[in-house]
Amino acid sequence: MRMKYVLSEVLVGLWRNVTMTLAMIITMAVSLFMLGGSGLLYQKVGDMKDLYYENVEVSIFLKADANEQQRTDLETKLKADPLIKDVTYVNKDEAYKRFQQMYADAPDLVNAVKPDQLPESFRLKLNDPEQYKNIYDEYKTSEGIDTIVDQSKLLDKVFGVLTGFQNGALAIAIVMAIAALLLVANTIQVAAYSKRREVAVMKLVGASNWFIQAPFVLEAVVAGLIGSVLGLIALIVLKTLAAGSSMAALEGLITPISWSEIFLTFPLMAAVGGLVSAVTAWVTLRFYLRV
Amino acid sequence: MTKTYPKASRPSLDNVSVSIEKGEFVFFIGPSGSGKSTIIKMLLHEVTPNKGRVIVNGKDVTSMRSWKRPHFRRSIGCVFQDFRLLPNRTAYENVAFALEVIGKTKAVARRVVPEVLELVGLGGKEHRYPHELSGGEQQRVAVARAFVNRPLILLADEPTGNLDPDTSIEIMRLLDRINRTGTTVVMVTHDSNIVNQMRRRVVEIESGRIVRDQARGVYG
Repeated sequence: MRMKYVLSEVLVGLWRNVTMTLAMIITMAVSLFMLGGSGLLYQKVGDMKDLYYENVEVSIFLKADANEQQRTDLETKLKADPLIKDVTYVNKDEAYKRFQQMYADAPDLVNAVKPDQLPESFRLKLNDPEQYKNIYDEYKTSEGIDTIVDQSKLLDKVFGVLTGFQNGALAIAIVMAIAALLLVANTIQVAAYSKRREVAVMKLVGASNWFIQAPFVLEAVVAGLIGSVLGLIALIVLKTLAAGSSMAALEGLITPISWSEIFLTFPLMAAVGGLVSAVTAWVTLRFYLRV
Repeated sequence: MTKTYPKASRPSLDNVSVSIEKGEFVFFIGPSGSGKSTIIKMLLHEVTPNKGRVIVNGKDVTSMRSWKRPHFRRSIGCVFQDFRLLPNRTAYENVAFALEVIGKTKAVARRVVPEVLELVGLGGKEHRYPHELSGGEQQRVAVARAFVNRPLILLADEPTGNLDPDTSIEIMRLLDRINRTGTTVVMVTHDSNIVNQMRRRVVEIESGRIVRDQARGVYG
């Protein structure tokens, strides 16, 4: 019976102040959506860093007129370098094969390029990708070298953009969370005020504190959970929309976000939504009801 | 015991010592602001003294932790001048509410509430709302609510303050009847008529001090 009482009080409470409840749920949903999105991006950036930096190379392209002697000298020097883990020599034919692979969906481009137009190169794997600068300084003056390209420089830019998105989403999530928090506090105050007579009688006859507080706290928790479900739905909609739009073109670059990853974000969103609401409501009650 | 409220120039209760036996009926009288209501609040553990101890039912409540307060309150019934009924609930529901929020089942309420409403003389009016009842009847509901849990002590803070003399007498008869069941009744009042008629123990307080403590006293 007590559970039934508490639950019916929760429903009545949510309905009594329905505009406020909706405002609370919407803010909560946006905040949690941003939080979930930020969490997913964080995970993705992590995955991609592992994947890309594992394969990241520094390429030393040779001049077209570089002679055999220069090439062997350079190779010997590279192989002896303690900063370098692995050296691969790519001749013109191999370069052409890689080129074909890379641009497989642009046959016109592939046909227009002949193998001997592509430069020979050394592909280096560094022990520590951060040491690129030293490699660059060391070899830029060597004879027969055209350019030195560090792929990680490009990756840093890509990750910089992604991390920017992620931080932006997190910032919005936090700002919205503060708004949600204030709305929860306000809603609970209004609810407590509209039930002040009941609360006074309950305190007087010795109802336990949890029994007095439970309907209010649960009211906030229910709103938080509904908000997290809406946030999840927003993420699902976003993924569905992204799959069918220009975002799909980025799929090759950004490892795709799977459904399971989206659904695994839900417990985080629900926990944050429920917990933040519960704690806010409880703290508000301590100040407001002094039970 | 002594109680000084913050920002007050003099203590609300100044070195007051009073002992009430089980089953007694005691009036606390005195002018407004004399400190009588502070005594009620202390018995309810709503305020704690700055000095001295409050012992209720053999338990020292002075140092009681606030989370123990709800359970402690279940042994005390309370009636106020302004009734404090829930306007959107019937007489029956008002009394049942007090039972249900401390964990009693609906079945218990169905058994006990009509009984206690009958006792306070509201048989047949169980399903009236407070606004459909007279002041005296509303106070009877409040008494029923205070007594339904069979408390050891009944505190009444000017229970007749809003009632006409005849109705007041009826409420006093009711409190007297409750007292005869063994319940200690502590009543704060400045209704001289009632005090003079009842001839019970009278403790008079003035400016936070006890100036008189008399068995079978009058208002004076």
